[in-house]
Order: sequence, then C-alpha cells, then structure tokens
Amino acid sequence: MSIFIVRRLGTMALTMIVVSLLLFLLLEINVEGVAIKVLGPYTSEEQRNIWLEQHGYFRPVYIRYFEWLGHFITGNFGESVRFKTAVSDVLWPRLGNTGILGLATMMVVVPLSLALGVLAGMREGSRLDRVISVTSIITTSVPEFASAVLLSAVFVFYLDLLPGTSSMSDGFSLVQLVLPVMVLVLYDFGYVTRMTRASMAEVMMTHYIRTAILKGLPYKTVIMRHALRNALIAPFTVIMLQINWLLSGVIVVEFFFAYKGFGALLLEASLNQDIFLIEACAMIAVFVAVTTQTLADLGYTYLNPRIRFA
Amino acid sequence: MTDIAAPVPAREPTLLRLLKGILLLRESTVGMIGAGLVLFWVLMAIFADLIAPFPPNATIYPLAMPGTTVPEIGTFWLGTDHIGRDILSRIIHGSRQVLLYAPLATFCAYMVGIPMGLAAGYRRGMTDDVLSFIANVILSFPVLVLYIIIIATIGASAANIVIAVTFASAPGIFRIVRGLVLDLRNREYVFAAETRGETPWRIMLIEILPNARGPLIVDACLRVGYVIITIGVLGFLGLGLPPPDPDWGGMINETRQMAMTFPHMTVFPCIAISSLVLGFNLLADGLREVSLRD
Repeated sequence: MSIFIVRRLGTMALTMIVVSLLLFLLLEINVEGVAIKVLGPYTSEEQRNIWLEQHGYFRPVYIRYFEWLGHFITGNFGESVRFKTAVSDVLWPRLGNTGILGLATMMVVVPLSLALGVLAGMREGSRLDRVISVTSIITTSVPEFASAVLLSAVFVFYLDLLPGTSSMSDGFSLVQLVLPVMVLVLYDFGYVTRMTRASMAEVMMTHYIRTAILKGLPYKTVIMRHALRNALIAPFTVIMLQINWLLSGVIVVEFFFAYKGFGALLLEASLNQDIFLIEACAMIAVFVAVTTQTLADLGYTYLNPRIRFA
Repeated sequence: MTDIAAPVPAREPTLLRLLKGILLLRESTVGMIGAGLVLFWVLMAIFADLIAPFPPNATIYPLAMPGTTVPEIGTFWLGTDHIGRDILSRIIHGSRQVLLYAPLATFCAYMVGIPMGLAAGYRRGMTDDVLSFIANVILSFPVLVLYIIIIATIGASAANIVIAVTFASAPGIFRIVRGLVLDLRNREYVFAAETRGETPWRIMLIEILPNARGPLIVDACLRVGYVIITIGVLGFLGLGLPPPDPDWGGMINETRQMAMTFPHMTVFPCIAISSLVLGFNLLADGLREVSLRD
C-alpha cells in the first residue's frame, strides 16, 4: 500500500511539472509578447528591452523556467498587471470565496444525489427510478449559464425573492449565496445520481443480496446493512472527480452573479492577458484537480477491500 | 466425409442493416423523444432561410415583447432584442452555427482520439505509457480552464474553437477507445487475423474498431451535447464565435444585462440550447438502452 501511495504521489508531482512546463512555454516562450502584455501595446521597443533586461528575460529559457518554478513553489507568483499588486494578495481571498461556494454546493449535492441514486437503484425499472433518471438527464442538459438565466428570471424577476447579483460588497451574505449554489447543484447532482444509481443497481443484482432477501431479512435491513456499504464505494470516486467539474462550473456562475471568486478571477486574467495571474490561477486549478484525483484513487483502494496493492 | 461447413448466411446489404439499427430505437420512448428533438433542430438549421420570418441580422423594431404584431411588418413571436433583431429568426439561424461546429469539433476530436486509443490499447508497452501520460496531463486541467487559456491565447474564431475542442476532448476519447481495445484485442478473430499475417493497422482499423462502435456511438452523442454546452459557454463568456451572426451563447451574453427588465431576450436562447443538448442526451440514453437489450 505504501509503495502504491508513493507511486501515486510521484505521478502527481510529475503531472504538475509537465503542466507547469506547458504553461510556461505557452505563455512565456515569446519574450517580446511578455513585454507587450506587461507594459502594454503602446510602449516603445527600447522601454520593453530595458524591462526585459532588468527582469532577466534574455537568459536561456531553461534557466528562466527553473527560476520561475522555484519562485512558484515558494509562493512568489509575481505581480499582477491588472491589479497592480502581488498576485498572491488577489489570489488567496478569491480562492477562499470560491471554497465557500464549492463547499456549500458539495454539502447539498452529496446527500441529495446519494439519496436519489440509492432510491432509484434500489428497484431498477420502477416508476420512481424512471422519474429520477429522466429528471437527472434533464437537469444535466441545461448548461449552467442557461439555468442561471432561467432561475434568475423566476426568483429575481417574477418572484422578487432573491438578489440577482452576489458580489457580497457589504460583507458575507447567505442570501446572495443561494442562487449560485442552486445553479451549481442543478447541473452537478444529475451525474452523481446516475453513477450512484448504476452502482446500487449493480449491487442489487449480486448473489449475496438475493440470499439476504430470500432468507427473509426485512428489506430495510438488506439495503442498510448489505447493499449500501458496497454501493457507495464507486460514488466516492465520482464525487471526488466532480470537484474538477465544479471548478469549470464555478467560472460561469461567478461570472454571471458577479461573485468575487477564483473562477471569475481566472476569466478576468485571461481576457486581460494578465500572464502571471493566468499562470498562478491555472497552476492552482490543476493542483486542486490533480490532488482530488489522487485522493480519489487512494480513497478508492482504501475503501474497497477487493483492491489491495502489494 | 460430408461437408461440415455450414452455409454462411448471406450478409444483408449495409444500408438495410443501418436502417434496422435505426428502427431499433423505436423501442425506447426516451430515445425517440431525443431523436425527435435533434431532428427538429436539424430541420430548423437546414431550412432556416425558409422558416425564419425575418433576416437574422436585420434591425427591425427594437424591444418588442413576445407576440407583438406591428402593422405592415409582421408578428414577432418571441419578441425582438435591444437593437431590434427578431429573436425567433436569430434562434433559428443560430441552430446552424451550433449544428455545424459542435459535430465538426466532435468529429475532429474522434479523428485524433481513435488512432491514439487504438495504438495504445493494441500495442501496449511504451506507446501506451507515453500516450496515457499525455492524456492524463491534459485531463488534469479543469475543462473550462483549458478552453479559456487556449482561446484567450490563440484568439476566438470558429477554427480555433474546433482546435480547442479537439485538444480538450481527444484524451477522453482516447481513454474510452483504449479501454475497449484492451478488451477486444484478446478475441479470437484478432488472433485469426494475426495468424493470417495482417498488418497491425489493418487489424486495428478493420477487425477491432468496427466491433467497438456501439459504446463509441453512445459516447459521441453525449459528447456532441457537451460540446454544444462548451460552445455556448464560450459564447456566453464572450470568447465564442465572432458577431454579428447569431450564436446562442453569444445572444445570451449580449442581452443578459437587460435580463431583469426584458427576460425574453435571454430566456428563449437558453431554452433552445437546453432542448438541443437534452435531445442528444436522451438519444444517447435511448441508444444505450437499446444496445444493452440484445
């Protein structure tokens, strides 16, 4: 098991290094481009050359890459062109806001989709199963920006119950969190539900469940004691991997509701060619994604007694 | 000695088998609804010029509510937008953009993903390790982050969207194909072909690939739906197809600031894109149901 953990962490580190190299090459291989993005398009060639000289851009690429990587690991992400401050000053508060949004979403998605998935998978083909399955297909077919529009039309325009923006300019407000979370939940719960349903349905077909039913155990005991423990292993992985999807959804939702989060920051950085901010945001997004993938793998092997690595 | 070889039943013509396959879908209500939705939008896209009551980019009568009839001009069934373009006509014409670029991008992604998946699954070893690692690296990006970085770097245009979708989707297709090939490569017909001395690529393309088509067709339907969402999201974020030609995501982006006062401008494109994606998802579900049945 420990060898497996070490190998998995090694793959994770290697992936991060390759991603960092790709990002660096994509954004910084063209030195002239970097200067234009940092100093603006209306600067003279001389100004740019002086800036490049001062910041050591005329050294070989590999030296620059390793220096950049070293700065990165120690948390020095450089200076944001757009916000005129250190990237880390902008980044961490934004990341915290997105953490709140993501956590709130997961706190709704996980219980809801597990419950619905188990209910649907318990009796495959029943009316309840069909209703839940079709509902989850419909909700995953509505893109986040569309459900954001539709839900705001209902709750903000017609019912006038909730605020249409969530900029939280007067401090944290729970009411402003409702619509963004609702949109994310609506899009994300369907997939987890379907996966839980499939896993549950598979377990219900096994011999030990049939034995338990045939020997006269109450149906509730069969489900609670025998089926759930095995049926919930696969959804664990799905939920962990869902965090990767959530990061995408967060961008759209934060943009729509003007929520001051990480996703909106990444989008703003990309649209304004703020390269150091793009690098930091992208690296953090990938780091979160890779970490959750690794945890999903490790957790899966830990939870599933049938998989044991030497 | 009697002749032990049983007569091989004559192979039905390909077209007939294809027709029978499509007719199988009748058994799935969900699949039929999906096929109906997709067909509806395909017809809209093909006959857009005949169906749409107004030219899509003409400014006619600003801020009309749905159902407004203006004498001597006509009825705006879904209203008009802030610069007076008929929303119904723009939605109908917008289906052309979506139904051209989404399947095209998906097709390109398959053209890249399939050969890589075949090679990795059939040859194993180094080829597999290298390709799988590359796929894992690309898949470790949150999808939209990847799209935003690519489009923001190379610029927003139809061709670049196709490139970005290909780059981001091919690894997923690679994984599916590889998984299927790992299973199929141990079948007897593959051993038979190897014994006959057929070349590896012939085995991969003629023997293995056609037998993997079932799950791939289902996946393609789901993927087209997802690519439609992606193109919509990019349009919505202002990174999509350039104006003025109508694009559903772009229509939502242009008018969302006014959505609180004139919700019809944003709500109808949302319904259009959701119904088309729903069509593809239901179609995929129906196809899966039918293919599992036999």
